[in-house]
Amino acid sequence: MRGDLGFPIRLRYSKRGKIRFASHRDLARSFDRAFRIAELPLAFTLGFSPRPKISLGYALGVGHESNAEYLDIELLSPVDIEPLSARIGEALPDGVSIDGVVSLIPRAPALQEAVTLVALELYLADMKPSLVEQVVQDANNRDEICVATTRKGRSITEDLRPGIKYMEFDGTNISLEVVTQPRGLRPADIARALREISNTPTGTGEDRVLRTHQWIERDGARLLPLEADRATPATNVAGDISKGISNDRGQISGRLARDADPSDTQQRSGTQQLV
Amino acid sequence: MNHELETDLWPKIEPLLSRVEKPARYIGMEQGALSPRHRESDVSWLLIYPDTYEIGLPNQGLQILYEILNERDDATAERAYAPWVDLEAELRAKGIPLFSVDTHRRADAFDVLAFNLSAELVFTNLLNCIDLAGSPVRSSDRHDHDPIVVAGGHSTFNPEPLADFVDAFVMGEGEEVVGEMTEVLREWKANKKHNREGVLRELASIPGVYVPSLYEVAYDGPHIVEVKPLYPGVPERIEKRTVSDLGDWPYPKNQLVPVMEVVHDRLNVEVFRGCTRGCRFCQAGMITRPVRERPAEQVRTMVRDGLRRTGYDEVALTSLSTADFSGIEGIVRGVIQDQTGTGGVAVSLPSLRVDAFTVGVAAQIQSVRRTGLTFAPEAGSWRLRKVINKLITEADLYDSAEAAFSNGWRRIKLYFLTGLPTELDEDTLGIAELAHNVVAIGKKHNKSASCTVSVGGFVPKAHTPFQWFGQNSIEEMYRKVNLLRDATRNSKVQLKWHDPEASFAEGIASRGDRRIGRVIERVWRAGGTFQEWSEHMDINRWTDAMAAEGLDANWYVTRHRNENEILPWDHISAGLHRDFLYQEWRAALNENGLPDCRWTPCYDCGVCTGHSLEHVVASSVAPAGGSQGTGQDLSTGGSVPVDFKGVVGAR
Repeated sequence: MRGDLGFPIRLRYSKRGKIRFASHRDLARSFDRAFRIAELPLAFTLGFSPRPKISLGYALGVGHESNAEYLDIELLSPVDIEPLSARIGEALPDGVSIDGVVSLIPRAPALQEAVTLVALELYLADMKPSLVEQVVQDANNRDEICVATTRKGRSITEDLRPGIKYMEFDGTNISLEVVTQPRGLRPADIARALREISNTPTGTGEDRVLRTHQWIERDGARLLPLEADRATPATNVAGDISKGISNDRGQISGRLARDADPSDTQQRSGTQQLV
Repeated sequence: MNHELETDLWPKIEPLLSRVEKPARYIGMEQGALSPRHRESDVSWLLIYPDTYEIGLPNQGLQILYEILNERDDATAERAYAPWVDLEAELRAKGIPLFSVDTHRRADAFDVLAFNLSAELVFTNLLNCIDLAGSPVRSSDRHDHDPIVVAGGHSTFNPEPLADFVDAFVMGEGEEVVGEMTEVLREWKANKKHNREGVLRELASIPGVYVPSLYEVAYDGPHIVEVKPLYPGVPERIEKRTVSDLGDWPYPKNQLVPVMEVVHDRLNVEVFRGCTRGCRFCQAGMITRPVRERPAEQVRTMVRDGLRRTGYDEVALTSLSTADFSGIEGIVRGVIQDQTGTGGVAVSLPSLRVDAFTVGVAAQIQSVRRTGLTFAPEAGSWRLRKVINKLITEADLYDSAEAAFSNGWRRIKLYFLTGLPTELDEDTLGIAELAHNVVAIGKKHNKSASCTVSVGGFVPKAHTPFQWFGQNSIEEMYRKVNLLRDATRNSKVQLKWHDPEASFAEGIASRGDRRIGRVIERVWRAGGTFQEWSEHMDINRWTDAMAAEGLDANWYVTRHRNENEILPWDHISAGLHRDFLYQEWRAALNENGLPDCRWTPCYDCGVCTGHSLEHVVASSVAPAGGSQGTGQDLSTGGSVPVDFKGVVGAR
């Protein structure tokens, strides 16, 4: 059983730059190897084909970047997290950095079920800002935003409207908050829907997506995944949470601050601009 | 041409990647990858594997040369792989050339385009990559500023079909040659790359380097009458290169660990090179002689350091027949006991021999993930196995099956060839019989026991005793496959077969002469890239191209050659006496086997005597167990018999 015997740990990391083209699964394998290189005492699954207990968070599309990815692992013994997260970080590909580590309470809900809301920035290539502004306004005023898409290989028409909780244009990018349950919206579908509304087909440029936050909504509150099921300090084998996410507190509702996350500044010269 | 201003293509490539399948193929970022700084005085090599990234990345030969070149003060090396058709279309539409994955440097900014060719069906991809690099595909159309196109690898042992496109071939092992070539090219570059023919002639003076444009081929009708050097000093015969001691070359030191999943995605440590089992169909076994083992201590160090550095949970001990490595049991036990860090490490031994000893070793290392075990008897009857000199008795196979199933394996996979010399329907059907018997053995241990049979169509290769043999026609191969389909229907034997049409195209490219170059060019121009991928293979492209060139496909593929015929690759030497190969061809037809020379007196195949080399093996006696592929009872083994029964019994 999850967390029954072992020591569950949750990591927050970012995925920026060239590595955005690696799939979610590729990255999980990179973590697997990094944990071995760092000699982390990973717990293994039982059974015919034992695998290290690594649980991926809510999937990020190939080509998308993120400042707010999460991963759960389970250890056999407590370890001093602070030096360890540096060792893991070194063993990871460029562009992936560990931004926070906490130990979890036993039987914390898995990320994939627990995360209910994500925030993202969407950049629509080859579209004038005035046009994007207009289409966002238009979309916000609609009762439904329908788009043709595929689910499990079948063509369907999906209404994106109920899943979009917030959408605003900042002059460069569109900020969105979208639900992940019962199923998440695909950023590419949102981009296509907006392009259809404005009658602007894809050009030569590339639409870009940056995930900026993930939340666990519980009893009406938005919780950060590193805070939601964090073990109390007394049982916290992981040491203290890293400084990287401290700015997240206090502005977890309402509009996202543009400079919410200090890890953004690494590659984007102080702003959260996508391009 | 000056590309100094714009060698990094990443800004142009990046926006294309969200439109293509598996974009991680093109980002590089492997652990162990280098970002060399290119100085004007250095010779820059682009090492190209002309197939997809996931097939090419693990190639050890390419990785070895990548490290050796980058260790030099006067050379740099980066890597490129064939872009899949989707990215190729984007690149062509935007006029973006082929690029390296290391620093996304444009291919035409390199001095050398060096190809690794391990299969004939990638030949059209070689042309495509040269073209994507912005260079004329034919050597004769290239100018001073164009890169020198080099090729090496097993499939270049008959270089003639690519003679029109490749400036210089390297025959044999590249560890030493790349340095010697770099020195020649450095001078040429310092002299502003004047006189392309001059530098090619200098390259041709390096042992093992073959420059096809310096030779003239004369024909009489379809037959070759002479292959003649055009200038004095150009060697009449090109001898392959061989490193004498693998212990001097502990490469790759930093095996590349890719971000995306690739084939053979594990640590690979080469434990020996060469094989003297003497299987007559096997080109690799013939052209890589003699056997040179890596010192056991070095193997241990490479495994230990490699696992620690890469974080892999699996290591493969690679060679052409790893169970033959002297003291393999001790090495395997050592790896398993020497596990530091977290979790278990799996050891895999590709190319397992068929005997219970081997199963015993396998039982040690696959103590957990015990799903399938693979053996390669290659032919369905003892008679035919004598013809091909794969001297595995039925008892060997059944003992192996017994040992495997009783140790918990549930599926055995068997590899066979069809279309072998002298093969009769009873030999072909023998494949089904062996498989049914293996299943019956399995049923005693496990109700769900099964056997997968994989059948490949035999394509005769240069420098083997079967180089004179006429390959089976497409129809004949289909007929044999159908015999096997009927014989395995409604059973626990699962049959898989290789496309006979692809084997036919491979036959054209494998034993073709220079005239086949035009055929390859036509197939490429008609869009025939990625010919190893069934969705891209269309035999009509090949037969149409043959017809357009006025060539008879059957003359090249299904015709038996005779002893006195000059073969297109006769001026290339893998060290083997032609007499030895022909003797072996006669012995095959007479159903006579030949023992392994590691443990029996030398029969002088030519390699050791001709190259002043010796086998480097730690043990002068055969390992214990079964017939060891010799057809003799070697169950008592050498002086220190390995107790495989103990291992088997312990499970």
